[in-house]
Amino acid sequence: MFDLSPQDWTAIALSLRVAAVSTVVALPFGIIIAMLLTRGSFWGKSLLDAVVHLPLVLPPVVTGYLLLLSLGRKAPLGAFLADHFGIVFSFRWTGAAVACGVMAFPLLVRAIRLSIEAIDRRLEDAASTLGANHVWSFTTVTLPLALPGIIAGMMLAFARALGEFGATITFVSNIPGETQTISAAIYSLIQVPGGDADALKLVVISIVICVAALLASEWLAKRATARLHGA
Amino acid sequence: MLTLHLEKTLGEFSVNVAFASESRATALFGPSGAGKTSLINMIAGLLRPDRGRVEIDGEVLFDSAARIDVPPWRRRIGYVFQEGRLFPHFTVRHNLEYGRWMGGHKFDPSAFQHVVELLDIGHLLDRRPGKLSGGERQRIAVGRALLMQPRLLLLDEPLASLDAPRKRDILPYLERLRDEARMPMIYVSHNATELKLIASHVVWLDGGRVATTGGVERLDAAQVDMLA
Repeated sequence: MFDLSPQDWTAIALSLRVAAVSTVVALPFGIIIAMLLTRGSFWGKSLLDAVVHLPLVLPPVVTGYLLLLSLGRKAPLGAFLADHFGIVFSFRWTGAAVACGVMAFPLLVRAIRLSIEAIDRRLEDAASTLGANHVWSFTTVTLPLALPGIIAGMMLAFARALGEFGATITFVSNIPGETQTISAAIYSLIQVPGGDADALKLVVISIVICVAALLASEWLAKRATARLHGA
Repeated sequence: MLTLHLEKTLGEFSVNVAFASESRATALFGPSGAGKTSLINMIAGLLRPDRGRVEIDGEVLFDSAARIDVPPWRRRIGYVFQEGRLFPHFTVRHNLEYGRWMGGHKFDPSAFQHVVELLDIGHLLDRRPGKLSGGERQRIAVGRALLMQPRLLLLDEPLASLDAPRKRDILPYLERLRDEARMPMIYVSHNATELKLIASHVVWLDGGRVATTGGVERLDAAQVDMLA
């Protein structure tokens, strides 16, 4: 049953790459936004909160179309990035990573935010009396204490990115070898008569990857928590 | 020499305190809710006063009129919190070293050894704070504050979370600290017995105001008043 075609392998490798890149690139932004939303007080904070959560509630197709409208070749921002930095998103795997990153972002921010909210701020006060300015108290106290939440958020984002379909296919289409992820490949296979068996293989693969990601994150989060509270 | 005058309104409650102390160990005494913790938070820079001035040994740390407000991380004021506030993700050794790292000082093995022996915490260095007893944690909190080489040490009810036998265990360490560390300290407590052992000069707070100041012998009268 598991003689996968080269095209299947390409889709699997591409999915893993897209999910990993989108998670890693989204992470610093996720931490910054989570910090702003928990600790910041500024005008437009609830608006920022709403915008961050939009991809969670909008139909993915709408998110994908908005990405196309803003980052497509002919869109002002997309054209600017292409002309000045040579960064092209439309119909490239990088565009798939952008779509996955945007879709996964609310989950990432939520998990990190919850863990930052749970931190005892008095520990940061203690750090400041010991000579730590804001940057040092953030890197030596806040960030390590938020680590279990950061790991959980990354896992959620990774799994969400692996499963992303609607926004990706709308934004960058379904091109084998460039933007055809596992989800898109499964979709293509079940459109073809007799493709069910091949689709099922990819279904099993995606289940295996997601379960492995879940187990890995559980284990990492447990280790991180043990480090925080152990003797 | 510590001179301060601080005013702060916190909802219904207000603190308005002025005193000067040249004593090595100043006691801040008063019932709970008297404003003791708010006052030392303002000295440490953790709470911003509405108005006032804090000066230690000729250096102005806060002056609302001159718009001076040195941030807490540049005040070099050691603070031992009531609940210890040790960093749970660091070992005891790293907790003790934290102030030195942040200050960018070189490791001084003899100073480290001295504090470790003074507080008798050598056997705990490689453990994490999570499973230590309350008394052990407070000794480490004291050591952490000492090792940052502060110009002033604030102790906010460091024994309040401990039971009576543990208090008796730690008091001698604090007396040694006062006698050996050559560092001025402000000791906050509502326990007169504790303060009489540690402090020489007393500032008695009540309702956010200074009720009286003087030598520790005043505490006998003060305690009777509080009980009455």
